[in-house]
Amino acid sequence: MKERYPDVTIETICRLLIPPIQLFALYVIAHGHYSPGGGFQGGCILGASFIMMFIAFDIGEVKRRMREKLNTILCATGVLIYAGIGVICLILGANYLDYGILDRILPVYTAKARALGSLGIEIGVGIAVTSVMISIFLNIATAGEHEGAPE
Amino acid sequence: MKFFAFIVVLFTGALLIYGTIDMPDWGDPNSPPNRHVSPRYLEEAVEKTATPNVVTAVLADYRGYDTLGETAVIFTAGVVCIILLRRPK
Repeated sequence: MKERYPDVTIETICRLLIPPIQLFALYVIAHGHYSPGGGFQGGCILGASFIMMFIAFDIGEVKRRMREKLNTILCATGVLIYAGIGVICLILGANYLDYGILDRILPVYTAKARALGSLGIEIGVGIAVTSVMISIFLNIATAGEHEGAPE
Repeated sequence: MKFFAFIVVLFTGALLIYGTIDMPDWGDPNSPPNRHVSPRYLEEAVEKTATPNVVTAVLADYRGYDTLGETAVIFTAGVVCIILLRRPK
């Protein structure tokens, strides 16, 4: 593995930029109902912030903040949240992914229940896209070896 | 043989271009996609889903099943990447 050359400019800029990027990613996910955005876009931005961390620091820094096991579990959790909301609708007696029925368990009117249901699936999509982006990038960039990572 | 392949490419290209002649004009309000369900989505989306962004309403609500498939595709890509590349020591 090549030695890492610490560069104070790049590290400082990334340290300053990554928190606003992550905050903006959460905003894009949460505000997808009112402006362009949603789970796919927000998840990509959130994953890109980890990739930026990988480029500016090293793989150990990324894996300290997002452990590989947790990341792999989150991949599946995102899809599970999506499919789970569909199953909840099914259990309550509507069609699969018919969020209108969620007004039986949420204290809102039907149209708002539809908005909240789609917000739930957007969050699931965001989680899945984030962890898949991180996982694919780490595995391809290091050819699956994860060199230089602790443990 | 290369000449034959060139003829086949030309023929296929001409066929595809001939196929586009039947397509509706750009932005034609009377084309089938603009008459079928789109007007209903545009008129009812805000009222029925409380979502001002129609794109999100269609993506997450009306076409939720399709988006579930897209998420599954991304998940599969990630899992396959782990299976093929990751070699723990």
